[in-house]
Amino acid sequence: MYQRSIEITVGVFMLLGFIALSFLALQVSGLSMDSQKDTYKIYAQFDDLGGLSVRGRVSLAGVTIGRVSAISLDKEVYSALVEMEIFQDVDSLSADSVASIQTAGLLGEKYVSLSVGGDEEVLVDGDTIFDTQSALNLEKIIGAFASGDISL
Amino acid sequence: MVDFFIKVGRSGLEYSSALGRSGLFLFHSVFGLMLNLKGLRLLVHQLYKVGVLSLVIIVVSGLFIGMVLALQGYSILVDYGSEQAVGQMVALTLVRELGPVVAALLFAGRAGSALTAEIGLMKATEQLSSMEMMGVDPLKRVIAPRLWAGFITMPILAAIFSAVGVFGGLLVGVDWLGVYEGSFWANMQSSVDFKEDVLNGMIKSIVFGVVCSWIAVFQGYDSEPTSEGISIATTKTVVYSSLSVLGLDFLLTAVMFG
Repeated sequence: MYQRSIEITVGVFMLLGFIALSFLALQVSGLSMDSQKDTYKIYAQFDDLGGLSVRGRVSLAGVTIGRVSAISLDKEVYSALVEMEIFQDVDSLSADSVASIQTAGLLGEKYVSLSVGGDEEVLVDGDTIFDTQSALNLEKIIGAFASGDISL
Repeated sequence: MVDFFIKVGRSGLEYSSALGRSGLFLFHSVFGLMLNLKGLRLLVHQLYKVGVLSLVIIVVSGLFIGMVLALQGYSILVDYGSEQAVGQMVALTLVRELGPVVAALLFAGRAGSALTAEIGLMKATEQLSSMEMMGVDPLKRVIAPRLWAGFITMPILAAIFSAVGVFGGLLVGVDWLGVYEGSFWANMQSSVDFKEDVLNGMIKSIVFGVVCSWIAVFQGYDSEPTSEGISIATTKTVVYSSLSVLGLDFLLTAVMFG
C-alpha cells in the first residue's frame, strides 16, 4: 500500500511537469497549431528594411497572414530580399500588391504590411512583389527637418 | 621550496584522481540502472524522495520570484510607459535564466545534500561494503536509481518553477498593478519562442540536473566514513553544485543566446 501511494504521487509529479511544459509551450511561447499551417513563399525587394527581422509578422488589413522567413542581400541590385511565408488559405493576393514595412506603434516592432491591387492575376509560390515601400526612417525625417529640406 | 612543489604536485594528483574516479563512477552507475521491475521500483522510490518532496519549495520560490520580478519590472517599465511588457520580461527571465538556475540551486540544497548525507552514512555504517560482500553491486542498487532520479527530476522541477513563476507574475502584474491582461499575454507570446527560449531552458536544466546529482552522489560515495567526513561531503556538495551551476549557466548562455 505504501509503495502504491508513492507510485501515485510520482505519477502526479510527472504529470505536473508535463502540464507545466505544455503551459510554457502553448500559453507562454504562443506555440499554436496555426504555425504548422501550410504556407507558400513570396518574395519582395526593399531598399531599406529599417530593422525588420526574421519571424516578423506579415499582415493584410491588420490581420496576420504569414511571417518573414528569411532576409538576404540581393548582390546584383544592392537591395534587401525578404522571403515571406503566406498561409495557404490566403491565395487571392493580386499580382500588383504593394508591400510596405511599417512599425507597430511609435517604437514597436517592424512588420510587413500588404495591400492588394486590382490585378486579376494572383501571387503564387515563388513570385516576387516589385512594388514596395521601405521602412519609414525616423532619423532621416528628423535630419531632413532639422536641415530645412522639409518644413511644416 | 621543494616541500612546496611536493605539496602542489600531490594535491594536483589527488584532484585529477578524484576527477577520474568520479568519471568512472558516473559511467558505471549511469549504465547500471536495472531495467526490471525491481530497478523501476527503486527508481520510483527515489523519484518520490528527490522530486515530489522538493515540489513545495520549488512551487513557493517560483511563485515569489515571479511576483517580485513583475513588481520590479513594473516599477522600471512604467517610467517608459511600456508596463504591458512586464509579461514578456517575467517570462523571458524565468524561462531562460531563473527557472533552470534557481531550481538547480534549490535542488542542490534540498535534494543534493540529502543524497550525499544518506549515501555517506550508508558508507560510514558499512552498509555499502556489506552489500558488496553479499554480491550486490551498490552502484546498481543504491547509486544508479538516485542518479537517474536526479536526471529526470531536474527538468520537471525547472518547468514547474517557470510555469508557477509566470503565474506569480500574472498575479502581481495583472491583478494587483492593473496591467491589461490581453497585452500581458500577447507581448509574452510574441517575444518568447518555443525552440529558442523554452527548449534551450530545458536543455540547461537537463545539464544542471546531471551535474548536481553527479556531484551529490559522488561526494557521498567518496566521503570519509566518519561523521566529520559526512559533514564535509555535504558542504562540498552544496558548494560545488552551486558554483558549477552558475559557471555552466554562463557558458551555456554564451553558446545559446550569445
